[in-house]
Amino acid sequence: MDAASQMKTAPMPRLLRILTLVTALGFAAALFLGLFIAGADSQQGPIQRIFYIHMPAFFGAFTAFGAAVVGGAVYLWRRDERWDKIALAGVEVGLAFALINLVTGAIWARPIWNTWWTWDPRLTSAAIMVLTYAAYLMLRAGIEDPRRQRSLMSVYGIFAFVSVLTTLFIIRIVPETIHPVIVGPSPQNAQGSFEATRGVAMALIPSLIVWTIFMPLTLMWHRCRLENRMEAVKRLKVQALSE
Amino acid sequence: MKTPFTAAALAIAAKDLRVEMRSRELVSVMALFALLSLLVFSFALELDRIAREEAVSGVLWVTLIFASLLGFHRSMALEHDQGSLDALLLAPIPRSAIFVGKLAGNCLFTSLVGLIILPLMAVIYNKNMLDPRLILTAGIGIFGLSAIGALLAALTMQTRAREVLLPIAMLPAALPFLLAALRATTGILSETPRTDWLVWLQMLGGITVIYLALCLLLYSFVIEE
Repeated sequence: MDAASQMKTAPMPRLLRILTLVTALGFAAALFLGLFIAGADSQQGPIQRIFYIHMPAFFGAFTAFGAAVVGGAVYLWRRDERWDKIALAGVEVGLAFALINLVTGAIWARPIWNTWWTWDPRLTSAAIMVLTYAAYLMLRAGIEDPRRQRSLMSVYGIFAFVSVLTTLFIIRIVPETIHPVIVGPSPQNAQGSFEATRGVAMALIPSLIVWTIFMPLTLMWHRCRLENRMEAVKRLKVQALSE
Repeated sequence: MKTPFTAAALAIAAKDLRVEMRSRELVSVMALFALLSLLVFSFALELDRIAREEAVSGVLWVTLIFASLLGFHRSMALEHDQGSLDALLLAPIPRSAIFVGKLAGNCLFTSLVGLIILPLMAVIYNKNMLDPRLILTAGIGIFGLSAIGALLAALTMQTRAREVLLPIAMLPAALPFLLAALRATTGILSETPRTDWLVWLQMLGGITVIYLALCLLLYSFVIEE
């Protein structure tokens, strides 16, 4: 009975309820704009619409991984474990977004580049980014002492962000990519361009806002709460065993 | 009273060197591994002469990275298992001096391996592997790899499956180095004009500086107790 009452930890904060609702509605609205309101691409046809998820998902991953850097840095400074939870949530949410980014990219590339995957510099660095953060989870699981785990993973979370920056900037450094650039001029040999015309911008901007700000924030908040629950369960287990 | 930074770093590097002179444990294992890896590569690529010619720089860098992984892990494991890391942490020296000392040791040993395999590759692949520009590229690349190796080996040393996790943590981090170093090496070996490979060499230098700064900043958090 005692355990059951302890499991009922703090109820979901009002702000989180509102945020979850807003995120869900925003996600649906952005999807609707991208699928039905924006015009079809004159050259690529309907497949171009996947772009309204592909690029926003990368920026969502950017936000979440960025949160992991901030969480890690503040943890190392203040030694408050709440910041480490934020960092962990950032890595997990970011990893999910990065995978969405990779998968949608592959689906788009199949008809446009005539292949699911190619070792293009940007595709390669995006894949490395995913592996770098997958290594985060493996490393984290391999450290037993919780205090050591928190500080080491904060360091790794900051270190891993280099791979995100590499992915973001590589198409400006390595010229032979075929991946189109959205902001600024595309490389000459880009195959299948994404020129943001007015109809595209109308669908892209809401989608970017939802995916870059609302979705990572909401998911990370839920993930932090989940982590608190998991810790509560662990504590209860220890308690039950000691009785 | 604190020992000055350079003196401390030098002392740590000298200690690593002395241990190595007496045991000859690290360089011999790394060099043997590198030789075996060269052999495996030349058998694996034997069928296709052109592919083999083109793969020279890839073979060089993959061999160097794998050999260095062995060395980085071993040098940190010795430190950890024999309790000298605790002594280093107790010593009145800046933490980043420990990093620089380990970096210097790693860099020295990996460079030795490089010096062994480069002439050998010149024989096997019939390429001018002792070109000073190539040696410079290899030097910068090895220095950068040693920096991330020193940080990540200190980190993975504290995990459960330590020697398994070092490659998993280090290979993704090493890929930017690999990319730039490979392009520069290929450019130099195929005698392309200077403008073609100099960019890659500069990029390799830039990546090295960024990672070095990051590692210096983060190292003290990794080895704290």
